[in-house]
Amino acid sequence: MRLRVNGRDWEVDAPPMARLLDVLRVQCELPGTKEGCGEGECGACTVLVDGEPVCSCLVPVAHADGAEVTTIEGLGGDHRLQRAFAEHGAAQCGICTPGMIMAALALPSSPSLDDVRVALAGNICRCTGYHAIYRAILRA
Amino acid sequence: MPAVGTNVPRKDSTEKVTGTARYVDDLVFPGMLHARTIRSTIPRGRIRDVRLSFDRAGFTIIDHRDVTGRNVVALIEDDQPLLAEREIRHVAEPILLLAHEDLDTLRRARVDIDYEPLEPLFDPTRSTQLLKDLRIVKGDVEQALAGAEVVVEGEYRTGHQEQLYIEPNGVIAVPENGGVTVHGSLQCPFYVHKALRIALGLPDDRIRVVQTETGGGFGGKEEYPSVIAAHAALLALKAKRPVKLIYDRLEDMLATTKRHPSIVRHRTGVTRDGRLVAMDIEVLMDGGAYVTLSPVVLSRGAIHAAGPYRCDHVRIEARAVGTNTPPNGAFRGFGAPQTQFAVEVQMERIAEALSMDPARLRELNALRPGDTTATGQRVEADCSALQVLQQAVERSDFHGKRERYAGTNRGIGLSLFFHGAGFTGSGEVKLASRAALCTTERGVRILVGSAEIGQGTRTMHAQIVADSLGIPYEDVETGLPDTSNVPDSGPTVASRTCMVVGGILQRCASDLRERIGDMHPREHFTKHGATVVTKEYEPPHGIAWDDDTYRGDAYATYAWACDVAEVEMDPDTYEIRPIHFTAVQDIGKAIHPVLVAGQIEGGTAQGIGYALIEEVVMREGAMANAQMTNYLVPTTLDTPTMDVVIVETPSHHGPFGAKGVGEMPIDGPAPAIVNAIRHLGLDIRQIPATPERIAEAACVSA
Ligand code: FES
Ligand code: FES
Repeated sequence: MRLRVNGRDWEVDAPPMARLLDVLRVQCELPGTKEGCGEGECGACTVLVDGEPVCSCLVPVAHADGAEVTTIEGLGGDHRLQRAFAEHGAAQCGICTPGMIMAALALPSSPSLDDVRVALAGNICRCTGYHAIYRAILRA
Repeated sequence: MPAVGTNVPRKDSTEKVTGTARYVDDLVFPGMLHARTIRSTIPRGRIRDVRLSFDRAGFTIIDHRDVTGRNVVALIEDDQPLLAEREIRHVAEPILLLAHEDLDTLRRARVDIDYEPLEPLFDPTRSTQLLKDLRIVKGDVEQALAGAEVVVEGEYRTGHQEQLYIEPNGVIAVPENGGVTVHGSLQCPFYVHKALRIALGLPDDRIRVVQTETGGGFGGKEEYPSVIAAHAALLALKAKRPVKLIYDRLEDMLATTKRHPSIVRHRTGVTRDGRLVAMDIEVLMDGGAYVTLSPVVLSRGAIHAAGPYRCDHVRIEARAVGTNTPPNGAFRGFGAPQTQFAVEVQMERIAEALSMDPARLRELNALRPGDTTATGQRVEADCSALQVLQQAVERSDFHGKRERYAGTNRGIGLSLFFHGAGFTGSGEVKLASRAALCTTERGVRILVGSAEIGQGTRTMHAQIVADSLGIPYEDVETGLPDTSNVPDSGPTVASRTCMVVGGILQRCASDLRERIGDMHPREHFTKHGATVVTKEYEPPHGIAWDDDTYRGDAYATYAWACDVAEVEMDPDTYEIRPIHFTAVQDIGKAIHPVLVAGQIEGGTAQGIGYALIEEVVMREGAMANAQMTNYLVPTTLDTPTMDVVIVETPSHHGPFGAKGVGEMPIDGPAPAIVNAIRHLGLDIRQIPATPERIAEAACVSA
């Protein structure tokens, strides 16, 4: 199988049902994507597959064959969302942060608060109560 | 420019927003094995037989006979085995440990266990196994109750709550230097160090504990990591290879500690015009199968049980008992959310009984400087219960909305609460925490055992040190605690990291300043090499506590707060939706306002979950909903808008006037919400207030 991850091509040798999450973390050595539940409920494992946010713990790698995958590492370090998350205290323990940022990437430009709440409804943060995350995204 | 009071960049923000922060599951060691815990499936009984139904090639296997030290989880009492020998006291009790290089092979290994089941006990009111009891007595309650004009009675219940840090528990144990190093997601490196020493029977210097970046704790990584660390270390020492032991979500929810369920009874005597004359309170907490931290959870719960109120006659009788569920343990608030839920709903019912405005009732009785608490502690000038109450009432337009919402499907309610900072009573003296500063090429390095678990330890400590030394914040270095090179500054719990450990660091800084004169520490380092200053906790003057009678100064100081909740009920589904929250919280001094707001917002959201949706369903002693699919915590859609007001009435006990902030925010939301539900005409005395409970209450009131 072939994946294009953060602009780089990978020939992946894994069983087709292997989780995209594990392939990214172990084979591609990109541990920035996190696992919080393994059941599609927390969103910590969110990555973009062909521009769409998905829970990589639910995606068999075969489904991503030929796709373009973006993980947190693919944003470099100076993306406006990354800067805003840092500035507004949107990352406390930080374990949900990569997934939050990836989910937020799919928002339209100048989103409303309601857009943000709906877009992030599948991403659980146990630390912040979400308000710092809203402030970061709305001011990014 | 001073750093304290400003929103300097977090020390760890870059790593966290770029995905380069390394959590335990991100670490890989050469030759590393994966590990798995085989657990009991019955709540009580005896093990008859354990059969390994798999090919053992490549496996490392451990049972209780392989424990090289003592087979106990060393904490308060040594009653909990690391690995069950014969007796089983709860579901998910560890029996056997397996390690293998290949995760799939490990998962497929089958172990069959035969048991001789015994009758389990789940009802704490029927338990005869006393884990701890205590009594707080002030004045003469019976006499005062007999003379009271009005007496209100009530019983209040709270359920388990799961911490649900998003990073599950996990450690990696690496055999090295004739001992073992454990890297892990944890709050208290020195608790783990002690537990390992006893479990492994190794000398202090052969054991090293290093905290890895930790994806949330909330108390859930206070005592439990000692168990996981000892398991992984035993495997690693036997296999002579690194061993990674990471729980998945299900195992984490099934096996690890939760908030203690409670039953609290109140009998309160008041005058017709609303003055508290007697408070008779009984607290019962369900500790689960082993003692763990129940005595201290109970103690904090009991001390906060009478709320932030003046009353001359108080009796608090508190008990923690054993049952056959997995042991309960530390969770943000540590007993105080349970007892303050009870007292604040009781206050609301007293107001109702007297046909009195609930804010007015609290105003009349709120502690003022010079008043004494239930333990007889005279509160000082920083007691601002009245101010936070008045500010919250005004800011939320409490009275206006109370009138406007009446008769609609909206309700508004409030809670007034407090939280003691630091260990209870003589706890800090016994801990005798130490912290240190060391000069470096850049400036100075902070050496503490306090863990960053998201709350901002590193940043806040660096701000305190920077200003105390008069150097830029950027010149202060921080790091992950490693027991081999930091002093024991005590556990990262009890809202003590800022006030207590921050206070020790401040003293280190002034001592260092004296030693190096006007020089920048960097300059001094270049000229003279590294200078280290270590200081130990010094109890504040005039603080006295008696452990036997539970009289005296329970905490150096308290933080004070008032929450106002506005809710809406769906008349068809009986779902309660919080729509707006006002939180006015006096924490002495906000060293970093963004971090403080983050603690208040996050703690409030957890408190809202506790009040409404977080229900641990126990069936036959096991959590039946041990998945995020059916144990629900607040999402973006369940979390209301919040108006957070930080009040700063300085305490002379903490650095720059600061007190504790981490725990208090979770004490207030549940009673505020339940009181808002009461405003809708529904009598709720148990949380979570699920739609089923609301429907029941609606039937009764109809
Ligand atoms: S780990 Fe994928 S949604 Fe939680
Ligand atoms: S920052 Fe900890 S879970 Fe979101």
